[in-house]
Amino acid sequence: MARYPALLFETLFMIDSSWLTEFPDMSRRDLLAIRQTLDSAYRTFSRAYGQSIEDFFNPLLHFLIWFEDLLIQTPWWIVLAAIVGLVYAATRSWRLCLGVLASFLAIGYFGMWEDTMRTLSIITVCTILSICIGIPIGILMAGSDRARSIITPLLDIMQTMPAFVYLIPVVMLLGIGKIPGVIAVVIYAIPPVIRLTNLGIRLVNKETLEAATAYGATATQRLFGVQIPLAMPTIMAGINQTIMMALAMVVVASMIGVKGLGQPVLKSITNQYFTLGLLNGLAIVALAIIFDRVSQTYAKRAQRHMEGNDNG
Amino acid sequence: MDNNRETLIEIEGLYQIFGEEPNDVLPQVKAGASKEDVLAETGHTVGLRDINLTIKRGEIFVIMGLSGSGKSTLIRHFNRLIDPTAGKIKVDGENIMALSPKELITFRRHKMAMVFQHFGLMPHRNVVDNVGYGLSIKGEKKTDWVPKATQWLDTVGLAGYEEQYPSQLSGGQQQRVGLARALCTDAEILLMDEAFSALDPLIRSEMQEQLIELQENLQKTIIFITHDLDEALRLGDRIAVLKDGKLVQIGTPVDIMLRPADDYVKAFASDVNRARALSVQTVMTPSTEKLDANTVKEAKANFPQDKEYVFVFNNEGYQGVLTKEQATTLDDESPLKDALHPVPSVRKANLLQKVIPLSLNTRFDLPVVNKAGELTGRLEARKLADVLSPS
Repeated sequence: MARYPALLFETLFMIDSSWLTEFPDMSRRDLLAIRQTLDSAYRTFSRAYGQSIEDFFNPLLHFLIWFEDLLIQTPWWIVLAAIVGLVYAATRSWRLCLGVLASFLAIGYFGMWEDTMRTLSIITVCTILSICIGIPIGILMAGSDRARSIITPLLDIMQTMPAFVYLIPVVMLLGIGKIPGVIAVVIYAIPPVIRLTNLGIRLVNKETLEAATAYGATATQRLFGVQIPLAMPTIMAGINQTIMMALAMVVVASMIGVKGLGQPVLKSITNQYFTLGLLNGLAIVALAIIFDRVSQTYAKRAQRHMEGNDNG
Repeated sequence: MDNNRETLIEIEGLYQIFGEEPNDVLPQVKAGASKEDVLAETGHTVGLRDINLTIKRGEIFVIMGLSGSGKSTLIRHFNRLIDPTAGKIKVDGENIMALSPKELITFRRHKMAMVFQHFGLMPHRNVVDNVGYGLSIKGEKKTDWVPKATQWLDTVGLAGYEEQYPSQLSGGQQQRVGLARALCTDAEILLMDEAFSALDPLIRSEMQEQLIELQENLQKTIIFITHDLDEALRLGDRIAVLKDGKLVQIGTPVDIMLRPADDYVKAFASDVNRARALSVQTVMTPSTEKLDANTVKEAKANFPQDKEYVFVFNNEGYQGVLTKEQATTLDDESPLKDALHPVPSVRKANLLQKVIPLSLNTRFDLPVVNKAGELTGRLEARKLADVLSPS
């Protein structure tokens, strides 16, 4: 008797009721076909255009190599003096300069000078690239709600998609090396500067902007004379975040052949060298703290008149 | 006051409707649908409705209304910070609705300057750079505009603050910078959007006085927005009262006080302490009839026969009052100065409360003189009494 309801159920919902317990997925054959089509299409694409894309990035590669060589081949004390000089010029703080000096001396003493210079060079280039690309995109986003509604989800994807996933097409296209590394780092690190440029410009005091318009400022004069200067504290926060995220990508980027502090870390993972990993990890942390403090102190110094009374 | 001045700004049939499809709603609003009905039926907000007004060259035109009455929206139409849904705006005979974007920028650079409620200063530029902003975006050289900006800072009483940043100044000082910035462009028309509303009462009345004094020399056309009737009465040559986006009354301060157009204006006007709200300007009779004389002999010779008394001036300015009786009886050789009645003079910007005791103390009219010491009018005790007696 107890079997009746089950029987009834089966007759009512036809014979095959497996969709109740298992997800009714597409057949393996179809999925394979889709994958094969996409993969081969991309492969064809990369065969057809890989070379020209590589050529396109060639100047950047040359610059990267030149900059890295410059940092490594210049005697260490000149580089160190230049770095401390830059820090002082940007922050006017002797304490910070002293901290930077001590960190770099320690890094050099533990034999990580060359790797640190490599990392420094790629981070610098990635940051500059992110700023050059990110700020105009942020401005575009601030100017048009439509652009914002398109770009925001893209940024969400860029930030949440695991880095390894977008490394695959980049490596397929350009092989392993510096350029794919730079692209991966920039994709991962650029969203904050875009988001915060957009936010900063949108938050500019409406009346101040209105004043500029009322006195006959053109759109360009408004942008460079009012919007960007007033958004600068927020944009600087974005740049700061971008630098931090670029540094966080150093280890991942080393998987596709970017030399620097990431590679020893990678080596330590595979070989269980605890101390080597720790030292290089600490060097990355030191770089991060230096970048962070210097950029923040610089931003604060440059914006000191805008604190307090905001005319709002 | 002066009805013969030429018209500078004309606004005709101006409508402003906020929402998705304002043009579709316009006929309904033109047909007279109420603000609430339009909002309920279409989701559109009626900002301004059928505004018609003319502003004359050289006057202070005050637009008065409570918050939400559309006054700040209205002032933004004069330089097209907001474009109207319908209507004409003419400045100096030119239809500014027809200007191309480029012409509009030129128009804004040369014709109008604006002062904002919360100052609208640029926090990243120092004071002198803020004052010179209008000139710098016109492309003038820094060496040309810095002296001008410095001079205007001096005029508004902020000499020595050139290198400070706005955040280092008090509210009143910041608004002086805002005022200097507006004056520095040399524009003929000054738009002042609740310019003094964010300031505390003492500073506010100081700024009002300063504006009246500046205006005596500058003769700009000033459009002043305020929610404060006291302020409107004090500054305005004419006042427009705005309610729910509609003009309720346009008139001189005395019109508004003594002949309110409806209960709304009346309710406003009844709250006002007239002696503190009205200035001499609103009550005085314009006149330049005086007697220039240094000696009794001159005075006797030139005394106008149809007058009972005259205000005597010499090259040092106003001296006193001389009666007809004195003019006939005085000895030719006696010093003129001793004979004159010491009647105090008043200024156009003086509040009535300040001149009431002066007027009560004398049987003569009070002479109104300007900054340069020239006679511009007389203040009659009878008119003063008329204005002060409650309606």
